[in-house]
Amino acid sequence: MATETTKSAYWQGVRDGAPFLLVVCPFALLFGVVATEAGLDVVETMAFSVLVIAGAAQFTAVELLKNDAPTVIALVSALTVNLRMAMYSASLTPHLGAATLWQRALVAYFTVDQTYACSVLAYDRNPDWSVAQKLGYFFGTVTPICPLWYVFTLVGALAGNAIPDGLALDFAVPITFLALIGPMLRTRAHMAAAFVSVVTALVFAFLPYNLGLLVAALAGMMTGAEIERRDPESLLP
Amino acid sequence: MNEVAVWTVIVLLGLGTFGLRFVFTGVIGDRQLPPWILRHLRYTAVAVLPGLVAPLVVWPSATGGQLDPPRLAAAAVTLATGLFSRNVVAAILLGAATLYAGLYLLG
Repeated sequence: MATETTKSAYWQGVRDGAPFLLVVCPFALLFGVVATEAGLDVVETMAFSVLVIAGAAQFTAVELLKNDAPTVIALVSALTVNLRMAMYSASLTPHLGAATLWQRALVAYFTVDQTYACSVLAYDRNPDWSVAQKLGYFFGTVTPICPLWYVFTLVGALAGNAIPDGLALDFAVPITFLALIGPMLRTRAHMAAAFVSVVTALVFAFLPYNLGLLVAALAGMMTGAEIERRDPESLLP
Repeated sequence: MNEVAVWTVIVLLGLGTFGLRFVFTGVIGDRQLPPWILRHLRYTAVAVLPGLVAPLVVWPSATGGQLDPPRLAAAAVTLATGLFSRNVVAAILLGAATLYAGLYLLG
């Protein structure tokens, strides 16, 4: 039954998304604390998490607003941090392009690092999934992650600076991303893409407005694609 | 902080971010993409996330950009666990354990 399998894909998404609460909750909490310490009120802080729903960009914007950077610079820098979302959108398109416009708009709003990374990994592992199953899985990953992003932003905004520095929450983000990257390195082409991305990002870190990341992303994608083009068998694990 | 600037950034950043997320999924829909584009898209995640993380690991903001052994060890353990076990949760837990053990022993 199609509905049965859609339902099971949804629950699989919930199960795969849930562990990220370990990271999303502290990160949202941290944003609430940082934003209110920077001088935003609770409504402004919540508006960030609900309208933007992208942690790294929110931190970037608040940091620049706090330092009285021009509005345009704050906006452009935060948007640049989010340019990867366009690449996520592009890579979800072959899987979810056949969904209705409304469904695609909802997917777009909820496309964050964790929902995207879980979903592409699952779509790779289940090439026979229908669009309904793929959508079910996607919204499964959204279910635990996104509501608690809002809730813990609020908790952080209300709790203020009662969070001790010793928790080293700054490193919650790198650890999540690294944990996501490991299982993605399935082939030689994927490993080479990741390696080139790391080296390029470090070499071009001096560029303003996070442009180094864009250069690194393009270099990594071209590396992976070129290896695959020369040797299609490199796609096999 | 300037209220107008804050709300301008919140609203435009919200709209802009949605635009970035919607640009391909929404506009292209189920039209077929050429193979060379699909070939590049297969490497999006492995090309973006490592580049995003690398500076955070090498120059952590919490230490003012100084290379930090506990954080470096935590990063290595997380990546290695994810790579060999293919288990994201195990990688996060072992990475966090390494970080706290390192901070306790060296801090």
